[in-house]
Amino acid sequence: MMRPGASGTLIWALLGMGAAAVAARATYTTDLSAFLPRSPSATQRLLVEQLRSGPAARLIMVAIEGGEPQTRATLSADLARRLRADPRFAAVNNGDAAGLDHDREFLFRNRYLLSATVTPQRFTVAGLHAAIEDAVATLGSPEGMLIRPLFASDPTGETLGVLEALAQGRAPPTSAGVWASPDGRRALLIVQTRAAGSDTDGQEEACGAVRRAFSEAREGLAAATTRGVRMRMSGPPVFAVASRAAIRSEVVRLSSLGAGLIALLLLAAYRSLPALLLGMLPVASGALAGVAAVALGYGSVHGITLGFGVTLIGEAVDYSIYLFIQRTVLWQLWVWPTIRLGVLTSICGFAALLLSSFPGLAQLGLYSIAGLEAAALVTRFVLPAWLPADFAIADLTRLGVRATGLLGKLAAVRFYILLLPALAAVYLYGHRDSLWNHALSALSPISAASQAYDTQLRADAGAPDARYMVVVSGADRELVLEACERVSHKLARLTASGVIGGFDSPTSYLPSLASQHARLQSLPPPAELNARLSAALVGLPARRAALKPFEHEVEAARAAPLLTPASLAGTSFETPLAALLMKSGSGWAALVPLRAAGPQDIAEADAARVRAALGDEPSARVHLIDLVGEADRLYAGYLREAQHLALAGFAAIVLLLGIALRSPARVARVVAPLALAVITVGALLVALGHQLTILHVVGMLLIVAIGSNYALFFDRNRENPQHASVPLTLASLLIANLATVTAFGVLASSKVPVLADLGSTVAPGALLALLFSALLAYTPAPSASVPPTPE
Amino acid sequence: MRALALCLAMAPGAPSATAQAAPVASTTPAAAQPVLDELMRLLAARRHGHVRFTEVQVLGVLKRPLLSSGELSYDAPDWLEKRTLNPRPETLVLSGGVLTIRHGEHTRTLTLAQYPQVAPWVESIRATLAGDRSALERYFHLEFSGSLPHWSLVLVPVERAPGETIAAIHITGEGAAMRTFEIRQTDGDHSLLTIGPEITP
Repeated sequence: MMRPGASGTLIWALLGMGAAAVAARATYTTDLSAFLPRSPSATQRLLVEQLRSGPAARLIMVAIEGGEPQTRATLSADLARRLRADPRFAAVNNGDAAGLDHDREFLFRNRYLLSATVTPQRFTVAGLHAAIEDAVATLGSPEGMLIRPLFASDPTGETLGVLEALAQGRAPPTSAGVWASPDGRRALLIVQTRAAGSDTDGQEEACGAVRRAFSEAREGLAAATTRGVRMRMSGPPVFAVASRAAIRSEVVRLSSLGAGLIALLLLAAYRSLPALLLGMLPVASGALAGVAAVALGYGSVHGITLGFGVTLIGEAVDYSIYLFIQRTVLWQLWVWPTIRLGVLTSICGFAALLLSSFPGLAQLGLYSIAGLEAAALVTRFVLPAWLPADFAIADLTRLGVRATGLLGKLAAVRFYILLLPALAAVYLYGHRDSLWNHALSALSPISAASQAYDTQLRADAGAPDARYMVVVSGADRELVLEACERVSHKLARLTASGVIGGFDSPTSYLPSLASQHARLQSLPPPAELNARLSAALVGLPARRAALKPFEHEVEAARAAPLLTPASLAGTSFETPLAALLMKSGSGWAALVPLRAAGPQDIAEADAARVRAALGDEPSARVHLIDLVGEADRLYAGYLREAQHLALAGFAAIVLLLGIALRSPARVARVVAPLALAVITVGALLVALGHQLTILHVVGMLLIVAIGSNYALFFDRNRENPQHASVPLTLASLLIANLATVTAFGVLASSKVPVLADLGSTVAPGALLALLFSALLAYTPAPSASVPPTPE
Repeated sequence: MRALALCLAMAPGAPSATAQAAPVASTTPAAAQPVLDELMRLLAARRHGHVRFTEVQVLGVLKRPLLSSGELSYDAPDWLEKRTLNPRPETLVLSGGVLTIRHGEHTRTLTLAQYPQVAPWVESIRATLAGDRSALERYFHLEFSGSLPHWSLVLVPVERAPGETIAAIHITGEGAAMRTFEIRQTDGDHSLLTIGPEITP
């Protein structure tokens, strides 16, 4: 004959094995994409795509700090030399001369394809005369020293023209021969990995290679000179690697810390090892069910979901606490229904997260729903059958009585305590304009300090994030490049009139085939050039015979192949071109970042002028986008969504309570303390200098979802006082609450902001929810009524 | 700035490489050594200078010489400005190890350490003005002749960095005042800078 509950155990064992199999075969991801929103508009999709996997996602900025400038320069040169020899890196730039070999060669060889001044007019007798006259004047000046070697082969100065068009003040300043920050305190290198931005393993290897190369370079110098010299890296690959490492170590740290602390708490409360182990059974079952559900529902489990999972420990353990502490013969009748309703309200709260656009939050929702469900069912149908006949835990009546006494004292001043939420509401109202954090970066697992350092390095490198960018998109590369050239003409006029400070166009590196072809057509055939050059030199001091190399090179250029993206391989122009010109969806897109004329961002009015000047292109789409504005809109959308989801979750909980309790007054008594807790926590966070993010909003929803359990027990005691032991209820709630506060408190200590935000909201919120529920439900017990102890 | 940097290094067949030759013994006759030392002390004692100059450049690619003139100013030990006024205004400033060239709206800067082929051009005049014999000897053999009132110093590159085209530099002077500065290049191009009287403020 089967023991009672054996069928439950059997089903549990079968499901558990199934879940374990699913969890074992699941893929676990740790990239940042869980907190990059699924992108709505085409422009935003392009941006997010670029952010995730574009060439910019492959750039590592390296800074060498400390020590003498010469030491830093030597290390920079040595590091660059080592990395250039490493196949893991596509490009290494540090401003040293060695890095420019390919560039020089490339620009000089292709000057007639790249120079915008190569027109038919330039190669007429008058055009040649004017160009050469100008070059001769330069020869006599200090600059002449620089162009003298080029004059015989390039007397019209095309190379210099191309260089000036490309330069436009983009490169960082140099110190001791290598790129350095403007304050001269750090040497800078920009390294592009060959591994894609989404390939975190590849990026991790590349980061490790940079570190090793640096320590080797450092060991090559005397220890005395390298004292205090250190290398720091920043950029998307570094962030990807760091956040993966942070998430990995956080998941392990938070889970073990949370589980350890809760185990200690329960051991202290129960004074029984079997009770502790049995209490963990629903938790372990819940965690397994959660992982399996996420793996089945989303295909892969994000590391951060496991991080959130520590909160499940805090909540799922509550059920067994209620079982053990409030264990009476009528447990199934008087305790279980309250737990069941509590589970259902929690599920309502978490279900709202399923609709979130952030895959991380949606996963958290599913994980928690499945986990709580499993934990509650195991507590109800499996655990009771497992309890040994002599199962006993320490009698917590005394704790309960003491808590009741404390509650009585608090209740005496409850007016003042309940003033707290009122003050909080006033405070929140006063700060209503600055409550919300509108920066998407607030969700990034990268610390604010690291983000600030990144911004600093970008500014040092002369490559600050552009706020405005023209996006040209079209069906194929040539259509896009041609449109881009017309856009560049318009932008050049705006630059000349001071509306903008300048711009970077991919066509500076790669003109359209049509333009290249037209430029070659401008070059006269040899006999014609010979005649025109002779005529052009009349009245100029240049010697006719000295310009033979020029004639040969023009002739060679006429027969040379046109440039394609592949032609730029190995030059330092490969990186910017790839960043500015890319395949996008079924077509191509070019980005043209704009620079402000002054130190300030481009003003709205000037942006409007740019937009008006750009007009329409027949064969391509041209947009001016405001990256800051776009990111703001994106984030505002998600914040709104989170607020809506939280309200929807709240409404669902109220509805559920209405159906279950069938009394508006009871619903109000359950919901009121939760609302007060949310308001107080909101004010607390703002007063501590936090700006509220999406995760805080989600945390508030969880306060309601979790806190409703406490409120429901007080409601039950109030409705059925004859069946409840007030001290034991209070003791069980206190311990359950401490477990929850511990779990979320551990989360609050996380270095990953999404986890910390959630933890720092729910930990104090759960505590306050219990306090307010107890205070609002408090009725002074008649002194004679000694509560019955169980069994 | 990058434009200039690229351009400088673009001399045909001019990959950059560092020419760091160890200081070598001067080829100045032993008897002249004390005079050379005295000259260097004299030059080093001069803290400021502001003079007019004229320059004649003879280039193989041109049929006739190019003439220019302007002002030179110097502040010991490493600030030098060459301000060309004719035929086209242009300023070249050497400050610390950084060379800045300005004409019209263009400004270009470059760091000498990065361009070993350019350094001798600039160091020859700066180190002479500063009486910095060891800096001169880092790049050149020194051949001194004459006497303090009428001296002549020939600088011959110790070792030519790839792309560096100086064959020899011939400097003459009277006491602490430099009079002519002539650069001859390996391809036959040469230039003569004649230093005029001190401009009194």
